[in-house]
Amino acid sequence: MGILEVKGVNKRFGGLQALGDVNLSVKENTVHAIIGPNGAGKSTLLNCLVGKLIPDSGSVMFDGQSVLGRKPHEINQMGISRVFQTPEIFSDLSVIENVMIPCFAKRDGAFRMHAIETVESEKDIVEMAEQMLLDVNMQDKRNMHAGSLSRGDKRRLEMAMCLVQNPKLLLLDEPTAGMARADTNNTIDLLKEIKDKRDITMAIIEHDMHVVFSLAERITVLAQGTPLIEETPENIKGHPKVREAYLGEAQV
Amino acid sequence: MFGLNQKDTKFLLIVVTLTLLTPFLLNPFPTDSAMAQFNAGYPALMQRFAIYGLMAIGFNILFGLTGYLSFGHAAFLGVGSYSAVWMFKLLSMNILPAIILAMIVSGLFALAIGYISLRRSGIYFSILTLAFAEMSYRLAYSVLTPITNGETGLQLNLNDPRVLDGVADTSSLPVPGLFGLKMNSTYTLDIGAWSFDFNVGFYVCAVIAILGFYMSLRIFRSPFGMMLRAVKSNQQRMNYTGLNSRPYTLAAFVISGIYAGLAGALLAAMDPLAGAERMQWTASGEVVLMTILGGAGTLMGPVLGAGFIKYCENIFSKINETILHSWFSFLPDSLESVVVWFFARFVGEGWHLTLGVLFMLIVIFLPGGLVEGGQRIASWWKNRGKDEDSSNQPAE
Ligand SMILES: Nc1ncnc2c1ncn2[C@@H]1O[C@H](COP(=O)(O)OP(=O)(O)OP(=O)(O)O)[C@@H](O)[C@H]1O
Ligand SMILES: [Mg+2]
Repeated sequence: MGILEVKGVNKRFGGLQALGDVNLSVKENTVHAIIGPNGAGKSTLLNCLVGKLIPDSGSVMFDGQSVLGRKPHEINQMGISRVFQTPEIFSDLSVIENVMIPCFAKRDGAFRMHAIETVESEKDIVEMAEQMLLDVNMQDKRNMHAGSLSRGDKRRLEMAMCLVQNPKLLLLDEPTAGMARADTNNTIDLLKEIKDKRDITMAIIEHDMHVVFSLAERITVLAQGTPLIEETPENIKGHPKVREAYLGEAQV
Repeated sequence: MFGLNQKDTKFLLIVVTLTLLTPFLLNPFPTDSAMAQFNAGYPALMQRFAIYGLMAIGFNILFGLTGYLSFGHAAFLGVGSYSAVWMFKLLSMNILPAIILAMIVSGLFALAIGYISLRRSGIYFSILTLAFAEMSYRLAYSVLTPITNGETGLQLNLNDPRVLDGVADTSSLPVPGLFGLKMNSTYTLDIGAWSFDFNVGFYVCAVIAILGFYMSLRIFRSPFGMMLRAVKSNQQRMNYTGLNSRPYTLAAFVISGIYAGLAGALLAAMDPLAGAERMQWTASGEVVLMTILGGAGTLMGPVLGAGFIKYCENIFSKINETILHSWFSFLPDSLESVVVWFFARFVGEGWHLTLGVLFMLIVIFLPGGLVEGGQRIASWWKNRGKDEDSSNQPAE
């Protein structure tokens, strides 16, 4: 039994079958990569996991509980954090505030009326956020306006916002897209370090095979909304079905 | 100090000082001079500055921080006024019970309206609040006449019970007060050609407005305030971060509704009557204009915007053709009548035109409102100093 169990999930957009009978099992404390050509339904699958979309049929169980029908904030409070394909950050807030907000969510739950004390007086939160910025090597950008960061830094910030919550399951949708090679390698190192240090499960969508093979323990190949195979990285290289998926896409 | 950092404490103290010195600051011209009509230091207007400033401060907590634009806040202003007048009629002419009831009732009202309206965001939210306010206005105007006294408005009566005040002099209507201190009593200080009015009502409003400002400052700096800014910045990210944005926006809505209700109670405390027109959509629009004009999301902006609009309303509407003629009498007659005709469109009844033009200019050239204007002047001033410094250095 994996920490995340997706069974028979279907999702249609009008005439388009975005997900067709998807089954996926992600084991606890592993890194599971989901790869596949553009439009394969990878992001749609993540959307079904975090409450952004509701599948037409099927079940999604996390940690023994169904996530279907729950609101996004409830699903996050269960222990699932997500990095989006296009970075979702609080652009109008400072970098440190961006990291403090998830700390508050983690400590105080979905809502708490703390309207009197200043933000700075919450010493533990400030410390936690600053440590996280140190971990992602962004401490020098602490007081910058998040909206003015480079694309790569926005991704790193979003990742920091998810990691600081210490989630049980971290969903990463192309975390290194748009990053320079050096930043990509830093990200790989960061994720490796996190994985070694904490009990965390990751599901990662990536087009960059270097990232996939550096991190993943299991790989699922998705094509046209359906999983083709699930294998270890060693067995997936040069697998005919994988070739077929990518080449088939190219021919169409 | 006061749970604020040094910079904010300084800021608060400056605001307090300026507010308490208002009677001096707004009467810069000698009483008999031609410029005296630009003086704004008379009690009725100063009270309005404080009251509408307070309302705008509260509105800014909702609109400035969360970005949810309510077009129905006049409803809470009206509810506050009605509640206060009822307290004056039934309980006592002391303004404290009136203020407390107004805050409770407007808070509950805001809770109900906000709970429904906040199910939508953006323009749909605005329309919902507008619809609720118009409904309240219509109800107050006709259906709820037993409570609101309809068209005439709710007023004091000689034979109101006023159970706490006991049997009083029945020859004239009583005046609202604070433990015996009458709201309408004014001490006039004459210094040379100047005269300054110190009015109890104004100082009561000013102290409450300062408290309101202080509360808003605390909210701005608190985690709650940060969450409200997060709502405005990226509500989706907030939800996927495990935060339920709905109770945050609802709390902001209720707080701003209570501010409006408090402002309504103060209006009634200055002049104990309440009419339905206080709830009309134009009144809701006014507080929106105040906040945008001054600078939404800034601490001082709404107060400046409120002052600006109330100043224009009172001063420009007072200027009439006779005054214009006296100003332009140096011109040849034919030219004078043309100039006077032109300017007359912008004053008196036409002051809305002036306000409209100023509003457009500010929104186009200073999207951050008067506060942005102030910041630009300040930074220009600083840079000017720097340029001088650097040009001076080689000379030394
Ligand atoms: N909200 C939506 N409404 C309609 N169609 C959608 C929606 N979201 C996704 N789709 C369609 O579903 C299909 C799968 O999209 P999805 O974004 O999941 O692909 P992906 O595997 O993430 O691709 P990429 O690698 O380009 O990110 C695409 O054809 C897309 O156009
Ligand atoms: Mg995608």
